[in-house]
Amino acid sequence: MTARERAERRAAIGFVAPAVVTLAALTAGPALWVFWLSLRQRVPVFGIDHFAGIAHYAFLATDPRFWSAFRVTAVFTVASVALELLLGLGLALALRGQRVGRRAALALLLLAWALPGVVTARLFEWLYHPAAGLVNVALGVALNWLGDPALALPALVLADVWRTMPFVALFCHARLLTIPAAVYEAAAVDGAGRAATFRFVTLPLLAPVLLVTLLFRTLDALRAFDLMFVLTGGGPAGLTETLTVYAYRSLFQTLRLGFGSAIGVIVFVLVMAVAAAYLSVLRRREAAA
Amino acid sequence: MTSRRALVADVAVLVFLALYAVPFLWQVLTSFKPEAELLRVPPLWPTTLTLSHYEVVFTQSAMPRALLNSLGVGVLTTALACALGVPAAFALATLRVPAAGPLMLGVVASTAFPQIATVSPLYLVMRALGLRDTWAALVLADASFALPFVIWLMTRFMREIPRELSEAAALDGAGRWRTLLSVHLPLTAPGLASVALLTFLFAWNEFLFAFTFTATEASRTVPVALALFPGVFEVPWGDIAAASILASIPPVLIVVGLQRWLVRGLLAGALTE
Repeated sequence: MTARERAERRAAIGFVAPAVVTLAALTAGPALWVFWLSLRQRVPVFGIDHFAGIAHYAFLATDPRFWSAFRVTAVFTVASVALELLLGLGLALALRGQRVGRRAALALLLLAWALPGVVTARLFEWLYHPAAGLVNVALGVALNWLGDPALALPALVLADVWRTMPFVALFCHARLLTIPAAVYEAAAVDGAGRAATFRFVTLPLLAPVLLVTLLFRTLDALRAFDLMFVLTGGGPAGLTETLTVYAYRSLFQTLRLGFGSAIGVIVFVLVMAVAAAYLSVLRRREAAA
Repeated sequence: MTSRRALVADVAVLVFLALYAVPFLWQVLTSFKPEAELLRVPPLWPTTLTLSHYEVVFTQSAMPRALLNSLGVGVLTTALACALGVPAAFALATLRVPAAGPLMLGVVASTAFPQIATVSPLYLVMRALGLRDTWAALVLADASFALPFVIWLMTRFMREIPRELSEAAALDGAGRWRTLLSVHLPLTAPGLASVALLTFLFAWNEFLFAFTFTATEASRTVPVALALFPGVFEVPWGDIAAASILASIPPVLIVVGLQRWLVRGLLAGALTE
């Protein structure tokens, strides 16, 4: 290594060191520490703090509340991500030719995405109000959306779709804008109809964007917390309790830090598994291309 | 005739999107409805409009203080993440950083970390440092996701600046800090504005950390105050509506007034592969 390279190295370390130290303390450290915490019995209010091995995980393996939360998380994630992708894609296609009021259209669209999750929860709590809610008035029914065991989870999914579909629509919309008109002219010359053009031209060009939004949205749905915590609080009777809400309750309402951390670790592993699956799909696509 | 058809289609999309915003617009209307008419629907439109709910929220609730807390935490989080993240991004984009590959992988991976997993260790850290119920706790906790985000996007933006420009600056005798401040920072200023805007928005909206690390009005942010909005005997729907609208002011301003920067920042995360 020459003197100049050594100097560059020293300078580089100087530039990244503050960020690296901060990340180590606030992000990487806690991410590793939580695994250790999940192996301990730790209840600060009673001064309990000792090693517990895999006891928490062994308990969770046969815990009906855990499996219920697991199922709710899975249903919530699959349903809301699928709906968001379909609706977002549809809206992006509708927005493609927009000439009048494009800025206003984007503002109306992005508003739902930009609001705090707690605000969204409050908006839908009011929309779902059994007596004065706009949903019941509009449909001419008298349903207790958040209190009915059959309706609470769909109602929660709907609120999440409202909030996050704009994100998908924006990404697809931006990609569509970059497809040159010549591509469509060529398809028209070849006699491709609307359906064929969508199937063989638009969709393949959108595929990478759809894949990346699928990843972002799946990760966010698995990690979601504020919307369900405020809108349903996991109710009725735990039917909308996700893994994140169960973890939070264990951590800060029953104050069992070790046990709650074990559920947090499981969410962590799920999220990383999804990200790894995405990377392998991406690599296979690149190898095929 | 095509142009007329296109106009009809454009208007149809706008009408659909206006309907899409109804959950929010309905809350706006609710916040101006007299108490007695809140639960009487239909009619949808009230007989008169009133500011009484805003009056209650401003004089008898924790919201004014929460708005101040959120503003402070949002600005400080953004400042901290940019102050630490921009030099790191500069080095990652232009210098040979030891272990740059693993470092970048760690940065990108940490943007996916679930807050529910890091909240318990962070809670113990805040407790040990005596930071519970302070702005500092929230700024540090929010930096845990804001800093990786800033480093990731700013590294991308800075990589697009041609090497020749830094070399020219070096020939002119500029040191590395000088190059960052006079070449890279001005050229990535629009990108930095987008990143800062998104960071502020994330901090403004953040709930899990804020709910966990705060205990009193001294540090409770807007989402926490809204989640805990008190109702003594019955739910004060009008007051909650007014509080929700106040909580939505920065996001609405960003979406309407700073849309270009918001969109640029959002898309930078995924579309420039």
